[in-house]
Amino acid sequence: MSSPNSDKKFVKGNEAVAMAALEAGCRYYFGYPITPQSDIPEYLSRELPRLGGEFIQAESEIGAINMLLGASATGVRAMTSSSGPGISLKQEGISYMAGSELPGVIVDIMRAGPGLGGIDASQADYFQATRGGGHGGYRIIVLAPSSVQEMYDLTMLAFDLSDIYRMPAMVLADSVIGQMKESFTCNPRPKVALPDKPWAVRGRAEGEPQNIVKSLYLGDGEMEAFHWKMHARYQELADNECRWEETDTDDAELVLTAFGSTARIARTAVAMARSEGIKAGLLRPVTLFPFPKKAYAALSERCKCFLDVELSTGQMIDDVRLSVARDTEVHFYGRPPGAGSLPTPEELLLQIKKYYRTCA
Amino acid sequence: MKNVFARPDSLKDVQTHFCPGCHHGSVHRLVAEALDEHDLRSRTIGVASVGCSVFLYSYFDVDVIESPHGRAPAVATGAKRTRPDRIVFTYQGDGDLAAIGTSEIIHAANRGEDITVIFVNNTTYGMTGGQMAPTTLPGQKTSTSPYGRDISKDGAPFRMAELLSHLDGVAYSARVAVNSPRNVLQAKKIISTAFRYQVEKKGFAFIEALASCPTNWGMKPLEANQRVADELIPYFPLGVYRNTANL
Repeated sequence: MSSPNSDKKFVKGNEAVAMAALEAGCRYYFGYPITPQSDIPEYLSRELPRLGGEFIQAESEIGAINMLLGASATGVRAMTSSSGPGISLKQEGISYMAGSELPGVIVDIMRAGPGLGGIDASQADYFQATRGGGHGGYRIIVLAPSSVQEMYDLTMLAFDLSDIYRMPAMVLADSVIGQMKESFTCNPRPKVALPDKPWAVRGRAEGEPQNIVKSLYLGDGEMEAFHWKMHARYQELADNECRWEETDTDDAELVLTAFGSTARIARTAVAMARSEGIKAGLLRPVTLFPFPKKAYAALSERCKCFLDVELSTGQMIDDVRLSVARDTEVHFYGRPPGAGSLPTPEELLLQIKKYYRTCA
Repeated sequence: MKNVFARPDSLKDVQTHFCPGCHHGSVHRLVAEALDEHDLRSRTIGVASVGCSVFLYSYFDVDVIESPHGRAPAVATGAKRTRPDRIVFTYQGDGDLAAIGTSEIIHAANRGEDITVIFVNNTTYGMTGGQMAPTTLPGQKTSTSPYGRDISKDGAPFRMAELLSHLDGVAYSARVAVNSPRNVLQAKKIISTAFRYQVEKKGFAFIEALASCPTNWGMKPLEANQRVADELIPYFPLGVYRNTANL
């Protein structure tokens, strides 16, 4: 049997997602073509039939997310992927999955919007992803890879967290990370203690209780109790699953913060600043929900100010401001998504210098 | 003493929420009888839709997934592809299947998904209070067609059993009614065939069941039952529209 274990590979970020899904034991994929994520269904349409799995090119994004709902309800690992306009269509199904406490992995390779927008990198779907996205008041796990290695590692993590916490998990990247080729290590699936799925709908055999996967709660207090249960689960996620990366933050006076592709540019800008003697650092959230609030709070006690960089007019900055200590200055530099809007490291260095003078 | 009539094992011993004279109960029973007949209860997954049919899990003693409005055929596709040895059926109303869910039903049928679809057509949105459905008859007054359905503006009612019968992926497509003993017996046979086809992995089977909705039709149960014969059956003729066994 050919296993990709511990191999070095040189592939696109999107392909790394597909490879990770297979390594994580996912054998069911449902999707619909949309740029810039179509490498994922293309890869899986080739590989899943060979592995005894199922690949369905659905009639719509709505069809795809509901096939994921039906597959996850039977207890298997399954996934879908899309981008902006398609993710909007999937929100109905994501809400039902959240309401039914169903796991399932959704990959969002963000593109510019609103509307048809464009196929360039964007981070303007941060709110859509981290606030749930659909109706009713819920959250989903959101992981933000910044490299092809993380496309692979975080996709596997998404499956595990989704199963453990019984909620949908999203891998939130953009067209830069999805389309970029980079070498990475194809690590074997980590050994994680996963819960059984006694709730799964598999046919009620003699003597077994009836299993119902549903989100309709009409009884007095039932819906309210559900919301408080999920609220507690989100808190548990925040306590146990926050992940982030810090670069040069020990003595940093100005801390850049950015996720995904933007964090790569920010890291280069920080290195340039350091070479000029500027005490800059980088805090990169890896989990966007749960948001690593404590990391921000701790760092805000040591540094003088933050500079939040996003490919939008500012969305994550709300979470940064809610996380840092009171009176901490949080500056912002954004480039709304679209062709030609990706900032250069030099551009960010100018911003670092601008705020370093006033806050240091 | 010989027991000649009893509740099917696949139905729970509970009271339903259905209105007096509603045909959902009869259709539920016929589906349960088919599951019993083929000994499928312990390996069946039902997919409930949105509307009066959502409480499927309260009445059927099988595992059930609740689907978003209109999406039951997609949900059933996901379930059946991952558990091909299970019997998967959807139970959907006319607004669910023939309006908001047209895309899902047509594509599941066209793929020839090995599932059974029970489509209850009572010409109205029952749960939400009797609004105009895609199957509301020409001239029929509802809460959103107070002057009667105007087919020049609202379109003509969909005949789903005929429409789906033209798709190559469909193994079986039929329309039944449960308004008379004769029609019930015919419906029982046809619903049983639909489930047998799934057991035999023949492909997609579609059963449209004409049904009454006395509450939203503003009729007494007997009047509503009579309307099925007088108005529904003439527009939606009963019969088997596609049967791959005959091809």
